[in-house]
Amino acid sequence: MSATATILTVDRLSVRLPKGADRPHAISEVSLSIAENEIVCIVGESGSGKSMMANTIMRLLPDGVTTDGGRILFAGHDLCTATAAEMRRIRGADIAMVFQEPMTALNPLRTIGDQIGEVLDIHTDLSKAEIRSRVLSLLTDVNIPDPPRAAKAYPHELSGGQRQRAMIAMALALDPKLLIADEPTTALDVTTQAQILKLIRELQQRRKTAVLFITHDFGVVAEIADRVVVMQHGVVVEHGPAMDVLRHPQHAYTKQLIAAVPPVAAPPPRPLSDNAILTLSGVVKTYRTGGFLGRGERVTHAVKDVSLTLPKGATLGIVGESGSGKSTLARCIIRLIDPDAGSILLNGQDWARLSRGDIRERTQQMQMVFQDPFASLNPRRKAVELVAQGPIVHGTPRNQALAEARELFDLVGLDPSAADRFPHEFSGGQRQRIGLARALALRPAVLVADEPVSALDVSVQAQVLKLLTDLRERLGLSIIFITHDLRVAAQICDLVAVMKDGVVVEHGLTRDVFGSPQHPYTQALLEAIPGGDFARTAHG
Amino acid sequence: MDAAKRYFRSPAAVLGLILLLIVVGMAISAGYLYPRDPLALAGRPLIWPFANPRFLLGTDNSGRDIAAQIFHGARISLLIGGVATLIAVTIGIMVGALAGYYGGWIDNILMRITEAFQTLPNFVLLLVLVAVFGSTLTTVTIAVGIVSWPAPARLTRAEFLSLRSREFVQAGRTLGMRDTQLILREILPNALPPVIVYAGVVMAVAILLESALAFLRLSDANVASWGNLIGLGRDVLRVQWYVSAIPGVAILTTVLAVSLVGQGLNDALNPRLKQR
Repeated sequence: MSATATILTVDRLSVRLPKGADRPHAISEVSLSIAENEIVCIVGESGSGKSMMANTIMRLLPDGVTTDGGRILFAGHDLCTATAAEMRRIRGADIAMVFQEPMTALNPLRTIGDQIGEVLDIHTDLSKAEIRSRVLSLLTDVNIPDPPRAAKAYPHELSGGQRQRAMIAMALALDPKLLIADEPTTALDVTTQAQILKLIRELQQRRKTAVLFITHDFGVVAEIADRVVVMQHGVVVEHGPAMDVLRHPQHAYTKQLIAAVPPVAAPPPRPLSDNAILTLSGVVKTYRTGGFLGRGERVTHAVKDVSLTLPKGATLGIVGESGSGKSTLARCIIRLIDPDAGSILLNGQDWARLSRGDIRERTQQMQMVFQDPFASLNPRRKAVELVAQGPIVHGTPRNQALAEARELFDLVGLDPSAADRFPHEFSGGQRQRIGLARALALRPAVLVADEPVSALDVSVQAQVLKLLTDLRERLGLSIIFITHDLRVAAQICDLVAVMKDGVVVEHGLTRDVFGSPQHPYTQALLEAIPGGDFARTAHG
Repeated sequence: MDAAKRYFRSPAAVLGLILLLIVVGMAISAGYLYPRDPLALAGRPLIWPFANPRFLLGTDNSGRDIAAQIFHGARISLLIGGVATLIAVTIGIMVGALAGYYGGWIDNILMRITEAFQTLPNFVLLLVLVAVFGSTLTTVTIAVGIVSWPAPARLTRAEFLSLRSREFVQAGRTLGMRDTQLILREILPNALPPVIVYAGVVMAVAILLESALAFLRLSDANVASWGNLIGLGRDVLRVQWYVSAIPGVAILTTVLAVSLVGQGLNDALNPRLKQR
C-alpha cells in the first residue's frame, strides 16, 4: 500500500443508533482504508452495519442516527465535520455510489440520458451538446447495447442489468476517485451479475478508481476483491488480502460465512424410488391481455410444454433465472394458477383438471412454502394461529389444531413458547420456519418450495436447508424446490431441471447436470456463479 | 395493549377522546339533567345566555331551553352519526371487498354503480331521498348512510386490490380456504385500519349532513337536534346570533373530536408505524 496513495481512511468510526434500536451502535470503532486502484469488499450479513458504512461515508444517515467518534479522512478532509455544502460537492463528483435496486434508485419519469446528464449539468459547466456526447460515451463505456436508444429510454424500458449499467455510468460520469457499490448485483440474475462484476472490474482497472464494494456473498468477494473486511454486528472481525481471508480464514464467523457458501458439487446421490409421486406432462401456461399477473396486451408463454417426474421421497430442483417460468410452473402445480394444458398427476389424480372445490379438499396432499418470509405470513395473526390455520380449515377442532401447531414449532426448530407472538417479532429465518410449519401442519406428501431461502442470509440459509433435508428424511416428503441459486440447488436436490424461457432445457441427476452440463445454457449458468474456481473447489 | 399505549402517547388523540367523552356524557346525562321534553316551552323567548340562572344557555325564539336542546341534541347527533356511519361502512366494505377481491366484470359493475353515486353531489341525493321517503329520524339516518358509502367502498377496494395478490393470501388459498374465509379472515383484518380511520370522517360528514338538512328544515322537526336549532336561529341570526352559534359550536366540537379520534386510531392501529 506504500506505493499507491490512500484515498479513504476510516479511523475508529462509530455510529450511534437511536434509543430503542436493537443495539446502541450500528458501527463501533471500525477502521479501514482504501488505496487508489483497489477494490475493498465489506462482507457481512444483514444487520452487520455494512450498508451503514456506505451511508456514513456519504453522510446519508437516516434521522436519529449520528456519527459518534472517529474520523473519515477523504483526500485530507474529515468528512464527519464537513459542511453540507462541502458534502454536496464531494458526493457524485469525488465519491459516487451505486445502489442495490436500480429500479428504485432511478427516477421513473425521466429518461436515462437525462438523469446521467443531470449529474454533469450540476457539477460541470459543459454545454448541452457536450453533455449529450459525454452521456453517450459513458453509456458506451458500460457496454449498454445501442447507447443512443438507451439514453432516450425510461428506466422501466430497460432490463435489470441494463439499468444497473446505467447507474454505473451515472456514478462514473464525473470520474470519481472513490466508487461505493452497495450490493450492486444482489437483485440481478447470475449471468447478469457475472457481466456486471466483470464490467466493474474492467472500468476500475481502466480508470484506476478505488472501489468500496459491499456484499453479503463470498462468491462475489472471490470474484472481485483485492482486500476484504468482514463485519459482524457493527464490528470488523477480520480483514486482509482477499485470497488470504478466503483460503485461511482466522475468525470463527468468517469461517462460518465461507462454509455457508459450499462448492457447487452435488452430494453423493441417494437411492431414488422408482415410483413417481408427481408426474407433469405437457404443462402449458400462456398469459394474455389483462390477467392479474400479466402486464398488458402482450402474449407471454410463461411455461411451454413442461414434462417432469418427481420420484417418491426425492427432491426435484427447478433452476432458472428470473422470467424462466419456474415460479409460474410452481404455481401451476399447486393450482394457484390454472394451467392451459397438460396434466399434473398426483397419486393418480390429475390436478390440472380438478375443480377449485376439489382442489380445496385435497390441499393436504400438496403444500407450498413461499419466498418472502415477510409477505407470506398474515401480520395480524399469531404464529401458532398461522400454523393451525390449515388443519382448522380442514375440520380439526380448534383447540386440537392449536396444540398440534405448538408441537410443530419444536419440529421446525422454533421455541414453542414463542408461539403466541406475531410474525413481526420473528427474524427472517424464523418466519420461514413458521411458513414451513404451516405447510407441514397438513402433513402433505409433496411440498412445493418457491425460493424458500432466497430472502435469507447465507448462514440462515444453510440452517433452513439443513432443516429441510432433515424433515425430508423424517417425514418422507417429496419436494419440488424452485431456486435461482445453483449452489442451493446442488446442496439439496437429487434431481434438477434447468428452465429457460418456459422450457426445460436439461434435466437429470444433480450430479450429472452440474458435473457435466450438456446444454450451453446450463454451462453458462454454472460459469456465471460468482467466485468461479473458488466456488467449484472444496474449501472451508 | 400496545395499540392503547401508542394511542395515549398522542396529545391530539387524547384531546379528541376527551371531547368525544364529553359529548357522549352530555348524551347520557341529558335525561337526568333535563328530564322535561326539550321541545316544550320553558320560559320567555330569546333570553341571552347567562342572563337567567334557570336557562344557562338562554332560550330560543319560541322560549325553549337551549341547554336542554344541546344535551338532548347530542343524543340525536351521535345516533345519526353512528348509525349512518355503520350503514355506510358496511355497504362500502361489502361492495369494495367484492370488487377488489374478484376483479373483472364484478369489479366493473360495482365500480360503475359507485361512480354513479359519486357523480351526484351527495347532498342533492340526500334531498331527493328525504323528499321521496319523508323526513323521520329513521329515514334521514338511512338516507345519510346511503349517500356516504361510495368513499369507504373505493378505499376498501384499493386495499383489497393490493392485498389479494400478497403471498399470505396465496398461502391461505393453498391451505384450502374458501373465498369467503380469505376475504373475511385473511384480507379484511389487514384492510380495515384505513377504513376505520375513514369511518371517523364519514361520521363527521354524516353529522354535518343532518345539520344541513335540519337547517333547511328538512330533518325530523319532532326531535331536538342541533341542526334544527341552527335552523330556528336562522330567523334571528342578526341579533340573537347565539341561538345558531351555540349548536354550531357543539357540532364543531363533535366533528373535531371524531376526526381526532379517527386519526389517533390510525396511528395506533397501524403496526407498521412502529418500525418507522
